[in-house]
Amino acid sequence: MNFNFTEEQLMIQQAARDFAQRELIKDVIERDEKAEYPTQHVKTMAELGFLGMLVDPRWDGGGMDTVSYVLAMEEISKVDASCSVIMSVNNSLVCYGLEAFGNDVQREKYLKPLARGEKIGAFLLSEPEAGSDATRQHTLAEDKGDYYLVNGTKNWITNGNTAGTYLVIAQTHPEKGHKGINCLIVDRNSEGISVGPHENKMGMRSSDTHSVMFTDVKVPKENRIGEDGFGFKFAMKTLEGGRIGIAAQALGIASGALERAVQYAKERKAFGTVIANHQAIAFKLADMAVKVENARNLCLKAAWLKDQHLPYGVASSYAKYYAAEIAMEVTTQAVQIHGGYGYVKEYHVERLMREAKLTQIYEGTSEIQQIVISRDLLKD
Amino acid sequence: MKILVCMSNVPDTTTKVRFTDGNTRLDAAGIQWIINPWDELALTRALELKDAGAISAVEVINVGPALTEATLRKALAIGADKAWRIDAETADGYQVAQLLAQWLKDQAFDILLAGVESSDYNSSGVGIMLAALAGIPSVSNVSGLSIEGGQVILKREIEGGQQQLKAHGPFLAVVQKGIALEPRIPSMRGIMTARTKPLEVVPAHPVAARTAYQAFSLPQPKGSCRMVDPEQPDELFRLLHEEARVI
Amino acid sequence: MSNILYLAEHREGSFRKPALELASYAHALARQTGGQAIALVLGKVGADQLSRLGSYGTQHILHAAEGSFDPMDNGIWSTAVAEAAIKVSARLVVFSASLQGRAIAPAVAVRLEAGLVAGVNGLPSSMQPLTVERKVYSGKALATVVVHTEKAVMTLSPNTFGLKESSGDAVAEVWTVPTLPSLSFEVLETSRSEGKLLLSEADVVVSAGRGMKGHEHWKPVEDLATVLGAATACSRPVSDEGWRPHGEHVGQTGKIIAPNLYFALGISGAVQHIAGVSSSKVIVAVNKDPEAPIFGAADYGILGDVHTVVPALVEAAKRFKENS
Repeated sequence: MNFNFTEEQLMIQQAARDFAQRELIKDVIERDEKAEYPTQHVKTMAELGFLGMLVDPRWDGGGMDTVSYVLAMEEISKVDASCSVIMSVNNSLVCYGLEAFGNDVQREKYLKPLARGEKIGAFLLSEPEAGSDATRQHTLAEDKGDYYLVNGTKNWITNGNTAGTYLVIAQTHPEKGHKGINCLIVDRNSEGISVGPHENKMGMRSSDTHSVMFTDVKVPKENRIGEDGFGFKFAMKTLEGGRIGIAAQALGIASGALERAVQYAKERKAFGTVIANHQAIAFKLADMAVKVENARNLCLKAAWLKDQHLPYGVASSYAKYYAAEIAMEVTTQAVQIHGGYGYVKEYHVERLMREAKLTQIYEGTSEIQQIVISRDLLKD
Repeated sequence: MKILVCMSNVPDTTTKVRFTDGNTRLDAAGIQWIINPWDELALTRALELKDAGAISAVEVINVGPALTEATLRKALAIGADKAWRIDAETADGYQVAQLLAQWLKDQAFDILLAGVESSDYNSSGVGIMLAALAGIPSVSNVSGLSIEGGQVILKREIEGGQQQLKAHGPFLAVVQKGIALEPRIPSMRGIMTARTKPLEVVPAHPVAARTAYQAFSLPQPKGSCRMVDPEQPDELFRLLHEEARVI
Repeated sequence: MSNILYLAEHREGSFRKPALELASYAHALARQTGGQAIALVLGKVGADQLSRLGSYGTQHILHAAEGSFDPMDNGIWSTAVAEAAIKVSARLVVFSASLQGRAIAPAVAVRLEAGLVAGVNGLPSSMQPLTVERKVYSGKALATVVVHTEKAVMTLSPNTFGLKESSGDAVAEVWTVPTLPSLSFEVLETSRSEGKLLLSEADVVVSAGRGMKGHEHWKPVEDLATVLGAATACSRPVSDEGWRPHGEHVGQTGKIIAPNLYFALGISGAVQHIAGVSSSKVIVAVNKDPEAPIFGAADYGILGDVHTVVPALVEAAKRFKENS
């Protein structure tokens, strides 16, 4: 066992912290309020290499390990989960999917610009009537010989409008059920794609969430990832890695709220002393800290397993389920500790609380994680 | 043209300092070490000049034990070409300057940069002592450094104003606020390339310190703040006059 | 010999408070060592000004009137001071911790093979070995430093010792520095903001921060400074935003100042800011946030919006000045 980070991991953590505390913090409240996309910050994240940090340098990525990724995601999410979800989707879904399951031609053409952050990727799985149950894809990718003809609608797509490259999950052989599903690499500028309005969300308001409509979109055959019918397995495998990203995001939201609560409790006075001296507050902080530390350990464990090329799917569900649940609890308590100040935007914690809610829902709801975990427990 | 940046390894500026061993040395437990902020700005400016093609290489040097290598590697990650560490635990700035000067004899740099002071000992001594020992000219209070057509132009602060100078190398500049706007954040690519950049460890010659830190103490905590009613601004001036006696 | 040599800096021929404070300090040191307090003056200064040093305990003045001391060059100045120190057999050489003093003290220390103690804040607790206190960790701690060498060079933090008048006459000796190096650079341009009170010399400093919300709101800040005869300053975000010139930034990475009275208007008081102003004798904070850390460092505080409080302070300051 070794709980020490390497010097490089610490440098990456510090780099992410500096970026978040120096840049993101400046306009995070305003962007949240106006639901404004962080164009400049995404550009900086690309320059710093956060958008493709996990990708092999051969494909223009940063070649960093998953532990470093968790540390960076935590720091960025402490300040701005809208930016960290952009980073998470690009890294752990789109880049990872292409790197792990694409061929060299696809990697050269699509992965490289994504890893450099010149283009942003989006992962199009959810549909108006298919969220948790991803086997029922209504979007069709009809086999027309040398191309696929795509028709259908995808929902809740992070980076939906800004992405240059879509990974689209669609059904080619409805009769085969989930074994007929494919994943296609689709250029955002293809004819027949229209993007719905920006969703007016509760939290993570400055990330760019849209529905995307496909009407007779032609996609070349060579843009299919893997064999015919590999799409569902592709989606499930990719989401396993994605869960580590969102788990680390939830962790960051929680630890950001904890830091703010600790700071506030040491400054705010009531009944003649700082509120940290009141046991009601001090014990709350202790409970929050233990939860955050547990979530951190679960995230790092899943990341470590992935880095060791050991099975990490269930571990990533443990991490995502727990981190999302405690993010909700910890942010709620952080608002409580702040009292009235916590309920106004200036103090950040109400925003963290709104952001936390989404981590229980997307990239596999908490209930889906419970299914994964319990099935693993109960399997013969 | 080559630039050398002298770097100091200091506790993060937000650190709450504590002392140990009968208040004779800093309690290093839990301290995060960083590049001295002024040295980091010096390095930032040097790298900007390199990016602009005005100079060919930037090297950094530090005098300290192995634990200071983390900050040297950060310097490499943000773009320095080579790092040096003179392996020594030092007691004062003179010792540091002597070790640097001895090492410098076999080196050829056109511009040497040192931050105005380290945020731990605040002595502003090492840079100037190094220049004096090495027998090269120095310019202090430098808030701007540019190279135009091979000419080195410095901007320095003087009492009540500013001065532009043309300097001829080799020389040492003690740099301060204004030399660069904000330190760089290392990129993933930079961190990756730092793995293969040279970090050379140099053994130290014995040099005696001229001063010693005998003991440390923490300043008396300030008494509580007396609040004045915003509706009674005259009361403030009465207090400043009668109680504090500063006006 | 146990003489004390100090560099008496002047601006266009007249001595300012830091030079007189240093003269007082050198005199106090000389009384401890039993030697003389000797001033070195570089460049032309009139006899009436020179005699002022005598009233702060200086017995002897080396006046190097001839020689190119402007522009200030580290090599030229440090040679002059070191030569003077040798000439008068000074055991201690002291400077103000000013722009110039900080720049040349280390070079003088090297030339004299003397230990350097920068930024001392009072008299030594022992002369043998020389033991003196100074601030470290940007004001977060104090350290007692012992000098191993026979000679020592010190710089004195401004506004820590104060002015101490003493009766006496200084004998001025015109002196030519034997061999001065040549100027090591070429001056292209010099700009001075004329008549403006220097931050480093001001007894009162009015400083404002991000709470002002923009450069267009600085009028009351400047008005308050004018009424109080104060210099203006600002916090880091303000100079970073370009609302005020960089020269006004006080704090750990800007100027470190120690006025008698410091006004922090709309400055939250990050540790880095406090580090630059904590040596002020009295700090007044105005902030609308009762939790702002600046109140922890302040002696007097007003809880309120700077945009209404500062104009009210300007009027109150005017009334105070009229009545006093």
